[in-house]
Amino acid sequence: MRVIIVGAGEVGSSIAESLADNHEVVVVDQDGERVDSLTYSLDVLAIEGDGTSLDTLRDAGIEQADMIIASTDDDETNLVICGTAKTIDDPFTIARVKKVDYLDTWDHAEQGAFGVDFMVCTNLLTAMDIVRVIGLPAARDVDPFAGGEVQMAEFEVRAESPVADQTVRQADRFDSLTFAAIIRNGDVAIPRGETVIQADDKVVVIGSPESVQQFALEVAPDETPSADKELVIIGGSEIGFHTARLLENRDLRPRLIEQNQERARELAEDLPKTVVMASDATDAEFLAREHVDEADVVVAALENDEKNLLVSVLAKQLGAERAIAIVEDAEYVSLFEAVGIDVAVNPREVTAEEITRFTREERAENIALIENDRAEVLEIEIDADSVLTDRPIREAVSDLPNGVVIGAITREGAFVVPRGDTIVKEGDHVVMFVDTDVLNEVSAAI
Amino acid sequence: MKFRVDWRASVSLVGSVVKWLSVPLLFPLLIAVYYGELNGLRTFVTTIAIALVVGWSLERIDPDPDLGAREGFLMVALTWFVVSIVGGLPYVIAGNQISFLGQFPFIHIVSGPSTLADPINALFESMSGFTTTGATVMGDISFETHSRALLMWRQLTQWLGGMGIVVLAVAILPELSVGGAQLMDAEAPGPGIQKLTPRIAETARALWKAYLGITALEIVLLYGLYLAGLAPGMTLYNAVGHGFTTMATGGFSPEARSVEAFSMWAQWVIVPFMIAAGTNFALFWHVLNGEPRKLIRDAEFRFYIGVLAVLSAVLTILIYTHQGLVFVPGGPPVAGNIESSIRHATFQLVSIVTTTGYASMDFNTWNSSAQYLLLAAMLIGGSAGSTGGAIKIVRWMVILKSFRRELFTTVHPEAIRPLRLGGRALDERAVRGIYAFSLLYLVIFLVSTLLLFLDAERAGGPNLNSLEALSAIAATLGNVGPGFQLLGPMNNYLPFSDASKLLMIMLMWIGRLEILPVLVLLTPAYWRS
Repeated sequence: MRVIIVGAGEVGSSIAESLADNHEVVVVDQDGERVDSLTYSLDVLAIEGDGTSLDTLRDAGIEQADMIIASTDDDETNLVICGTAKTIDDPFTIARVKKVDYLDTWDHAEQGAFGVDFMVCTNLLTAMDIVRVIGLPAARDVDPFAGGEVQMAEFEVRAESPVADQTVRQADRFDSLTFAAIIRNGDVAIPRGETVIQADDKVVVIGSPESVQQFALEVAPDETPSADKELVIIGGSEIGFHTARLLENRDLRPRLIEQNQERARELAEDLPKTVVMASDATDAEFLAREHVDEADVVVAALENDEKNLLVSVLAKQLGAERAIAIVEDAEYVSLFEAVGIDVAVNPREVTAEEITRFTREERAENIALIENDRAEVLEIEIDADSVLTDRPIREAVSDLPNGVVIGAITREGAFVVPRGDTIVKEGDHVVMFVDTDVLNEVSAAI
Repeated sequence: MKFRVDWRASVSLVGSVVKWLSVPLLFPLLIAVYYGELNGLRTFVTTIAIALVVGWSLERIDPDPDLGAREGFLMVALTWFVVSIVGGLPYVIAGNQISFLGQFPFIHIVSGPSTLADPINALFESMSGFTTTGATVMGDISFETHSRALLMWRQLTQWLGGMGIVVLAVAILPELSVGGAQLMDAEAPGPGIQKLTPRIAETARALWKAYLGITALEIVLLYGLYLAGLAPGMTLYNAVGHGFTTMATGGFSPEARSVEAFSMWAQWVIVPFMIAAGTNFALFWHVLNGEPRKLIRDAEFRFYIGVLAVLSAVLTILIYTHQGLVFVPGGPPVAGNIESSIRHATFQLVSIVTTTGYASMDFNTWNSSAQYLLLAAMLIGGSAGSTGGAIKIVRWMVILKSFRRELFTTVHPEAIRPLRLGGRALDERAVRGIYAFSLLYLVIFLVSTLLLFLDAERAGGPNLNSLEALSAIAATLGNVGPGFQLLGPMNNYLPFSDASKLLMIMLMWIGRLEILPVLVLLTPAYWRS
């Protein structure tokens, strides 16, 4: 289909890159330099212009477009873009917003609002992502599938972990869990029974939330999340606030540190179960006094990357167990993780993933990207003419290229354990791990 | 020394292009079959075999090429050079054939020694073909010396080079889709490229379709004149041959006397097609998509038509009033004859500005006022995104506008005046790039002229005057074709020494690729990190 993306920042470019292989993509941005660089780096049509104006949208071919994605850095602009697009034609509109209020408005309207057909809220998504990571302490990345019935998680295996140096067959002690991939030195490999898991590998597993939780215990037995966890959120940004709110919903009692008195007061009013403290989080003496050194998780949610890096490193230095930091600049993610921050969450990446999964072929409902697009996890609803339908998985897999793992199946909302002799039926949701190289081939067959 | 350029990837893709070159080589092969030219048949079967083997071997150097920005320059520059070498093989092979076949009856045999048996001459002719220059070192252009197949190949090289070999490769080779924009940018005439569609391969195909369509239209019209009895020499062979080289702004002709060999009707038909060939092809694409206004409104197009009109008018007056003619050649007088003055002046001017290089009459019979006007016209060039060469209209527009701005800011030092082209303000970096290119072009033009003089001294010939030397460089660097006097439209470049020919081969090559993609390869910085 023809997709117009307005806003060629990190989110827009990343979506454009994911879609360029299979769709006709037009990117609109006001910054001429970005437009130039996209023209040469991706196989897309890049246009310089203001996406809120009719002329620009017509130039971009809105009449032929099936979908328009508004992913500029400004919420209101994105809403106006969608509204403007709807005045010309009726493409499917997706807007990226930061403010959760807009999402609430949109959710509360019968048919959506602002001419937006699908709204993605960066701040909420990021907060949810952080909460998931907190829930699975050893996990570096967690994505829900099939309405939460299935989870995909990526774990880093440390030397002291019980599964280190075991074969996959030994480590795979859980009924409803599949080892989808092992990432070693940036290479994605599909594990076999006799593959040995080494220290520092990253393991991607797909399974029911319970089994993933159990596996997490297995990988990192000494880190079980429970109500007596010490959770410290530094920074009362929108993301920090929603992280605290979601944690409260899980009966956890986080502490939140916010420098600005007035903002701290607002937060304290809205977060009954959270201890809000007004202080500068880079004050080491204050951190020591408040026993941040004993925290199990420190979330750095300040307004800029440098501060987040500083407070995370500081907290780790003092002795905090794990540090999760929000990184606005995707370039820094690997750097953050290199200096000892356990998980770096990039809101833009989270948003781009969410939008990309929405724009995939209709049946692929959900998607997560592994190791910067080296592989993808897809959730697909099986129809009658799929290669999987009404036959045992063992048979079907022989018709698929290498680099595919069937991770989990849900049937009518219930989890089905995929085994070699499991027969897939029409209407099942299959969560599968696919190497990017064979993605198109697999999408076509299923 | 460690190279920072993955030259293997570039070479491998050049191999793919050379391999695919065997497809257009089938066309002269078919011509040879049609006319029963056994030596033409042998020439092209051999060439196709060599192209396949060379292409396939080069491809093997890197089975999975990954093209980055740097490799792109290398690939484009190398493609043009290697394709010119392979495309020159038929001249060498045909020129060196021992015609023992003459003993057999019923075989049409072409005999006679050819000047193109010499490899340097063959490379010159081939490079001149692919770069759509049209400068020739063919001593005797006739079917007595050369097979029809070979002369058609000469026409076809120009057609392939016109819209661009690399653009064609981007259109058909899927592995070039992502880096394609940058490759096309390195090859396409004019600053920057316009993507017309989201997919670059589709843009490349759209450009080639427009090119193919207009070429076909011209062939039909020319052959129609022949059928209507208005252009006796314009056989189907000639119609196809000239269709190939008009749209490419090439200028090669299977006729020794170029377009002079045809009737006034044929000459009048060719003029609008030359004008079209010098127009930005993206505009035709818009016209075909139902937006003809984009053509009429395009600033560059309007300026281009204006330049053609004004200069044609000046030249017409010169010729009509006898000012520009040294003597009236045989045949009907030109001076004082309205129709033929307008026709020859317009034809010649359009032919030179678009860098086609056809001649409707021998302009060596014109005097220096008219010839220097044409020499200046050689530096103008066609539009950006056309098949024309030289500096290009759009750059001249920017330069003229920046002169005006300079004068204005002398009076008002604080004024901020962005340069506008067709209502759009230009980025100052783009303006600087245009200054740099144009200056570099003129520097190379002058230095090469000096080198040509020096080499003529060294080699003891030819005895050049300044008009001849300047026109030789302007015509090869600008991909125009013929020069004046010694190398006028009815003469050739044979008198030059091998060293001078190599210099001009180089000039045609860098002129077609607009200098920078080739020159950047000569900088140490390119090869190091």
